[in-house]
Amino acid sequence: MTDSQPAIRLTGLTKEFGAVTAVDHVDLEIAAGEFFSMLGPSGSGKTTVLRLIAGFEQPTAGTIELFGEDVTRRAPFDRDVNTVFQDYALFPHMSVLENVAYGLRVRGIGRRERTQRARAALASVRLEQMGDRKPSQLSGGQRQRVALARATVVQPKVLLLDEPLGALDLKLREQMQVELKQIQRDLGITFIFVTHDQEEALTLSDRIAVFNDGRIQQLGTPADLYEQPGSRFVAGFVGTSNLFDDARSQALLGRGGEHSVRPEKLAVSAEREVGDGVASAPGTVVEVIYLGSGIRIVVDLDAGLRVTALAQNDRRRLRAGDRGDRVFVSWHEADVVALAPAPPAVAGEEADAAASVA
Amino acid sequence: MSQALVESRPRRTAMRAGSAFLTTHPRTRLALLLAAPLFWLVVVYIVALALLLVTAFWSVDSFTGVITTEFTLDNIIEVVTGSLYQTVTLRTLGVALAVTLIDVVLALPIAFYMAKVASPRMQRVLVILVLTPLWASYLVKAYAWRSVLSQDGILEWLLAPFGGHTPGYGLPATIITLSYLWLPYVILPIYAGLERVPDSLLEASGDLGGKTWPTLRLVVFPLILPAIIAGTIFSFALSLGDYITVNIVGGTNQMLGNLVYTNVGAANNLPLASAIALIPIVIIFGYLFLVRRTGALDNL
Ligand SMILES: Nc1ncnc2c1ncn2[C@@H]1O[C@H](COP(=O)(O)OP(=O)(O)OP(=O)(O)O)[C@@H](O)[C@H]1O
Ligand SMILES: [Mg+2]
Repeated sequence: MTDSQPAIRLTGLTKEFGAVTAVDHVDLEIAAGEFFSMLGPSGSGKTTVLRLIAGFEQPTAGTIELFGEDVTRRAPFDRDVNTVFQDYALFPHMSVLENVAYGLRVRGIGRRERTQRARAALASVRLEQMGDRKPSQLSGGQRQRVALARATVVQPKVLLLDEPLGALDLKLREQMQVELKQIQRDLGITFIFVTHDQEEALTLSDRIAVFNDGRIQQLGTPADLYEQPGSRFVAGFVGTSNLFDDARSQALLGRGGEHSVRPEKLAVSAEREVGDGVASAPGTVVEVIYLGSGIRIVVDLDAGLRVTALAQNDRRRLRAGDRGDRVFVSWHEADVVALAPAPPAVAGEEADAAASVA
Repeated sequence: MSQALVESRPRRTAMRAGSAFLTTHPRTRLALLLAAPLFWLVVVYIVALALLLVTAFWSVDSFTGVITTEFTLDNIIEVVTGSLYQTVTLRTLGVALAVTLIDVVLALPIAFYMAKVASPRMQRVLVILVLTPLWASYLVKAYAWRSVLSQDGILEWLLAPFGGHTPGYGLPATIITLSYLWLPYVILPIYAGLERVPDSLLEASGDLGGKTWPTLRLVVFPLILPAIIAGTIFSFALSLGDYITVNIVGGTNQMLGNLVYTNVGAANNLPLASAIALIPIVIIFGYLFLVRRTGALDNL
């Protein structure tokens, strides 16, 4: 249990449900104290990985180590990990305080001590007044915090969170994101956080694993994934990207292979921009969308590619009347990311679909 | 365009007007909805019960056998103080409690297996298996047990090599047979109750360190208690009123139902029969009153 041990080590982890391979040879190390996110589209196996780590499912193959100890065959109650369930799974017949004290109760800790510790845990999520209520008398955000207090009061080494903010509205979500991060920093425990919201993952995580089809597509810090997406899939799934396929890359960049450029790295101007390492291409504005903080401009390049640029909403902005105007779209060579040749499994419609999503 | 819109709007027919009225008058809607079942309940059930109650305070002329509709407490006093009635009441109560206990003990693991362990396919098969005995006649099943329990029956044959014997006909046989008869009625509500306990609650308990037994005791049991009580109401009430099984496998033992039966038939004393019939009714009402607070009645 030294600090050099990773909190979690997955080796060749595989889970099959009949003909479906939900998790496909996943190798992963998560450091102690890390805020680690698993990001991926629906059905990509994130929940299954979490359930394997928690012990609710038995892997078809592979091992799970917790601080160097093999826990693959251990029951959930024998693992030092706790889960915050997506539906919170609070016990409806118990008060909020009893819910939080439950983990201590089944560990045989006396009534006085467990009440005291449960109260402290409730206070840490700012619910000290709610101890006597039933879960049904709480709002979604409050239930979420009770679930968090219940899972952290037993001081697990690793906390697993399965889309814990999925049921909350946007405002509350953003507020809870800040709180989650704060709690994680205060407790210093490892968080493994599942989400399909890329923005949430980018905001919160130290590192992110992008899942698709039960495999990790790319692993890295938020900046890594955003600035250097390794594949078409990641470029499309994490943020929005303009994808240049082989032919367009030849025409526009003067070299083969697939490339991607983030919308905010594209500039739209009436005159061709010149400068060191700056390239540009002519096109026609097809759509100007007002976003509040920014403006999204969709341009059909003469080279036969539709690109999206994101401009700050400042005084130099283009007005909506600019639709149909002839413009130049320019970018800096350094902002063009070369994508690894797409493996056949990830190429195709899904990446295209993801790429065109705002 | 706007013309088409107007025409595509549904026309105001009498039906629609009626529906609109009902939608905005929930009380009227409720009254109409409940009219038929309420009528049934009032006429058939309450009136019958009231008649029973009234009859218990009448008497029978011992010469003519004609019912005298004069108020008397004699029947009630006899039923409450007579040692025969006390003994039979206690015996009936004992049988009903034993049957209920046995059924709950048997039903819990079966229902748990059905709801939480078996695969969905197996689950359907098991529900059907539990229901199948209900398709056979009560009498057939009771006589089947009579044959099983007889001195040269299958139970004797099975137990003899181990030095055991069939209990023969008597109260144990009655309890066994009644337990068998009412078991499905106890399994099904408990199964339904367990179905409503989300798996994630069991997982959450295990996740927090709860082993199997604490999980069952602290999470599952409290959540299905209303369902268990709903099941016990069936086995308890059905056992209290039974008189056929005890006739078939009970030897010479009598239960309250037998006393009612003989007083209606052979003794032709309907008022006394009514007074006896009030005993299980009072017991059941007492039981319902006790369990009402647990919310079990919502599960029926
Ligand atoms: N118990 C199960 N039985 C059969 N198939 C399952 C089971 N659980 C998951 N799967 C399958 O495994 C795959 C991965 O599912 P998983 O729940 O891990 O996805 P996910 O990434 O969490 O998706 P979401 O974002 O929708 O929650 C899916 O194809 C799913 O249908
Ligand atoms: Mg999931």
